[in-house]
Amino acid sequence: MCNSELRSFEERLGDFDRRGIRLLAISVDPPETNRRHRHEMQFRFPLLSDPKAEVVRRYDLLHAGGGPDGADIARPAEFLVDSTGTIRWVNLTESITVRARPEEVLSAVDGLPSRPEAMP
Amino acid sequence: MKRRWNVSIWAGFGTILAAFLTYIPVFSRFPITRDFPWVNLLLFGAGLALLARGLVRAYRDPQRYRGKVAAPVLLALGVLVLGFFCYGVLIAARQLPASSGAPRVGGQAPDFTLPDQDGRPVSLSALLRSDGGEPPRGALLIFYRGYW
Repeated sequence: MCNSELRSFEERLGDFDRRGIRLLAISVDPPETNRRHRHEMQFRFPLLSDPKAEVVRRYDLLHAGGGPDGADIARPAEFLVDSTGTIRWVNLTESITVRARPEEVLSAVDGLPSRPEAMP
Repeated sequence: MKRRWNVSIWAGFGTILAAFLTYIPVFSRFPITRDFPWVNLLLFGAGLALLARGLVRAYRDPQRYRGKVAAPVLLALGVLVLGFFCYGVLIAARQLPASSGAPRVGGQAPDFTLPDQDGRPVSLSALLRSDGGEPPRGALLIFYRGYW
């Protein structure tokens, strides 16, 4: 499911690049796993490692015991952040099988004002 | 007269097993069959229909068809597998934390610095400020469950 989501974003990476949006994927996997995973799936965006789930907790996305062997992992979630660090779009899915699609994020990007300073 | 093998029953049960086993390796790869498993549910439907046909044959025409024992047993197993699938996809998959404290639209994204796949630290604020060149317009953070 996660691979399916990340793959769909990888396929539209050019559209995110053109809009100046950088992708960061975050999980509790260690860097070694991420290196292998990224290489195997040919992802071009970085996979960030949060093994103690500190950032995951800061974003209140901890799925306690949700991983293999009862490991604490991140629940799936996506945040679109503008250049001022302000969140412009959020997706907190209700089901692990239902994930954000690149098209909906791209249309959220297209709805952003070009200069964040102009925001009310 | 030699009784015939009741193919319907076994084809039906095979289809049900396929419906169950293909979701994760095959259909969850594509958003259109991942978000709602309609292909798998159609396969379940086809499998149960075949099994039901086999069951009817076995009882209506026992001189010609085998399967008076196999048909009801496999039909019950098939319904059980369907139930397990529906539980997994429609109920267990929804057992997610509420995340009511997650940052909301209009709020500030908590800053972080995390190592990338090569162990190099990546900071959200540094990435948004500049990239060595033109600063990006924004970033998309994708939290995911992991590689397993």
